[in-house]
Amino acid sequence: MSKLSLGVDIAGIKMRNPVMTASGTFGYGLEYSNLINIEDFGAIVTKTITLEPRIGNPQPRIVEVTGGMLNSIGLQNPGAKVFIEEKLPKLKEYGVPIIANISGSKKAEFVKLADLLSNIGLSGLELNISCPNVEHAGLFAQDADTTYKLVRKVRKATNLPLIVKLTPNVTDVTLIAGAAEDAGADAVSLINTLIGMSIDIQTKKPKLANVIGGLSGPAVKPIALRMVYEVSKKVRIPVIGMGGIMSSDDAIEFLLAGASAVAIGTANFVNPNTCCEIIEGIKTYMGNNKFNKISDIVGRVNVKKLEKLIYARSITYV
Amino acid sequence: MKSKIFNVKKEIIENKKISSDCYKMTFASKEIAEQARPGQFLHIRCIESYDPLLRRPISIHSLKGNVVGILYKIIGRGTGLLSKKISGDYIDVIGPLGNGFGYQSVANRQLPILVGGGIGIAPLYFLAQRLVEKCSDVTVLIGADTKCNILCIDEFKKLDCRVKISTDDGSTGINGTVVDLLKKEFVPVNSKLKVFACGPVPMLKQVNQQVSKYNVSSQVSLERQMACGVGACMGCTIKGQRAKGKGQNNYKRVCKDGPVFDIKEVVWEEM
Repeated sequence: MSKLSLGVDIAGIKMRNPVMTASGTFGYGLEYSNLINIEDFGAIVTKTITLEPRIGNPQPRIVEVTGGMLNSIGLQNPGAKVFIEEKLPKLKEYGVPIIANISGSKKAEFVKLADLLSNIGLSGLELNISCPNVEHAGLFAQDADTTYKLVRKVRKATNLPLIVKLTPNVTDVTLIAGAAEDAGADAVSLINTLIGMSIDIQTKKPKLANVIGGLSGPAVKPIALRMVYEVSKKVRIPVIGMGGIMSSDDAIEFLLAGASAVAIGTANFVNPNTCCEIIEGIKTYMGNNKFNKISDIVGRVNVKKLEKLIYARSITYV
Repeated sequence: MKSKIFNVKKEIIENKKISSDCYKMTFASKEIAEQARPGQFLHIRCIESYDPLLRRPISIHSLKGNVVGILYKIIGRGTGLLSKKISGDYIDVIGPLGNGFGYQSVANRQLPILVGGGIGIAPLYFLAQRLVEKCSDVTVLIGADTKCNILCIDEFKKLDCRVKISTDDGSTGINGTVVDLLKKEFVPVNSKLKVFACGPVPMLKQVNQQVSKYNVSSQVSLERQMACGVGACMGCTIKGQRAKGKGQNNYKRVCKDGPVFDIKEVVWEEM
């Protein structure tokens, strides 16, 4: 019998297991390094980096809601220079693939960042074209054509594996995913947060200073899972699934739905050991189900016969 | 030096109601006790399920051997659930977190004044425990709305601190606020004064007005809703004074850069 292996290759990024951190929830890795063994992770995705430092949004920036939280951090980050000179050298010491999540308000900023970050020992780039907390005339990832053009430009600027992070705040996420693939993306990751709101009924003010913010946490998981399922059927490139994963059971659901890897976000705040527990949980599941490798699980959800019926229903009923 | 942080599950020794809505909880943790400094906090999971989802940051109130104490007020569902825990239950704690008070330079010739408003008294007891080892003249000013919410008088007295009380309704101590008490301590103003304050923001703003008038060295402990508690998510920031030549990025994380700040670091108009 062959040996059980958790290793995955996502768009050329070789990971010892399919469990990554989700951007924005794990800082630059270092904040958690004196609490948990980040060496064990499949990959670390950094908090979003922009070309110039960003001070972020006014307070309050976070509010707890039932089964989740809303945030409007506004991409506070020290900028590319500080990341390259101060954060990255320390992060590299852990021997884990590092994927830099980048964003900008113009296409040219993405291109410049991709170029700057190309030959400094990163394993890949994740394009954040889906943050709900910064001012754009709509998110890049809310339009297939804009997504295509942006990804095309960045593709030309770098040879690094390119992951495009998608927003769930669209009518049909598969169209955006398809555009990213056509433009040369090596993988897509989803979902970013769902735009939400919360109001203090006493003061009658929104609880977030920015009025609206991104919903994350276990509350969003069924939506994320559905979108990962849809996208993985549409595109040939790997899908990285995320959105409300709190446990190995949740992570395995995403793998079954078609994700080749998973990312853990809000759960890190609740239980910093979540990633390690999920890695162990997947291992146990594989053993129990006689799976030898992760690809044995990916997309194994058994809906072949029911699929059409389910979709017909969702159209018939509201 | 990198200080260690621990995520531990410990058995609760005691969870005792000490006023209408305040509780004192103790548990033993060698790991946390060895590292903890006054002003640091613990990030506590109030329930095993995901509602409420996030941990609650609660300052360390006391330390005796390996026994760690927290003093907390029921504010919402999280702290409400915490108050229901009983001796023998387990508590999931991350800590110690944050920077803590800078009291190491306080020497015998200095006059520390601890100013606590309401539940803000919580971290000041741990500070007093350490200060009395270094300094013979520690003053504690405790303020609250009414008598039954004045906490920890006996504990501070047992440490030989000089304790003064104020209540908004005059039911005990002076009829006024803890800042009124502080003003009296400033007559005469003494360059040896060192103020450590914790309490509601309006109180801290008044403390700031008082100490900045006389340029007395002061530290405040702040509170914010937090997600990660370790400096990763940028959720709990406050606006800090811009450091010279440090660009525009002047938001400071209460969890990591604080919760204790030099009073001059904070942009009080924005609080």
